[in-house]
Amino acid sequence: MSDLTLWTVIISLGVGSFFLRFSFLGLVGDRPLPPWLLRHLRYTAVAILPAMVTPLVAFSNEAGTGPEPGRLLAALVAVGVGMKTKNVLASIGSGAVVLTLYILVMG
Amino acid sequence: MSTTTTKTAFWRGIRDSAPFTLVAGPFALLFGVLATEAGLNLFEVMTFSLAVIAGAAQFTALQLMQENAPTVVVIISALAVNLRVAMYSAALTPYLGRAPMWQRVFAAYLLVDQSYALSHQKFEAEPAMTVPERMAYYMGTCMLVMTVWYGASLAGALIGSALPPQIPIDFALPIAFLAMVAPAMRTLPHVIAAFTAVVVSLFAAAVPWSLGLIIAGGAGMIAGAQAELWMERRA
Repeated sequence: MSDLTLWTVIISLGVGSFFLRFSFLGLVGDRPLPPWLLRHLRYTAVAILPAMVTPLVAFSNEAGTGPEPGRLLAALVAVGVGMKTKNVLASIGSGAVVLTLYILVMG
Repeated sequence: MSTTTTKTAFWRGIRDSAPFTLVAGPFALLFGVLATEAGLNLFEVMTFSLAVIAGAAQFTALQLMQENAPTVVVIISALAVNLRVAMYSAALTPYLGRAPMWQRVFAAYLLVDQSYALSHQKFEAEPAMTVPERMAYYMGTCMLVMTVWYGASLAGALIGSALPPQIPIDFALPIAFLAMVAPAMRTLPHVIAAFTAVVVSLFAAAVPWSLGLIIAGGAGMIAGAQAELWMERRA
């Protein structure tokens, strides 16, 4: 990545994030948002993040044609533990342990 | 209000937020490590963390920049991931909206998952709190978490340049994202939104300019919203 790209991203995200946070508190006041918009906003994170991760897991082998077994397993364990425990750190930890063990065992 | 009660509220905010440093700290640390591994220098890492203060958005931008996605796609995706702070802003407005403008500017800058969650719960439970007490409590919830956030980003950036190359650090990002999403699968529409995004992203992976992400994310959001409507009609 070039310096120009990086700084464009940092500054845009800094300013953009501030205005997202300031939007209602500073500008809009007490006026409510339309329900259809709120209904879609509720699902942004649970839609965008999986959409980004899925190809990273599904095409993680060296040729980029399919999943690498250790990474697929680590991803599935992280999701399973996260859904079961609702604990972010337990989820990360279990995924990291599975991937590390897999690399150690399969060499 | 008196100075004592605002001071008490401030310290209560600090105390209530203490457990949350265990969540914010590791994320900032991981960001510092991964950003350094991606080639950012110390100044760039710290400016990033100071300007944006949003783990998921920062990780998203970092991942997409490494994939050489177009800058516009990087910015739109990272801001989309961070859209929830606009909802937090809306939710806190009835409680903090009457505070002076300069305080609201600071409050907005510091609005993160932790400060929102703690404050909103507190303000709902104790409607008798005055606006200055609420603001003091809110600032208290931010202070410790932010200090840890900056400190851990710095520590991560310093550690990042010292990590041995055998560690599969490239996969730490996908795992971190999955860990953020999995506990959010609270309702059936959340699961449907995520599942739809997963399926569409596999088919849309070949779409140029990383637009597959926007398409799959959009499809997931629509699916979640429709599922919610459908469940409301059935109930």
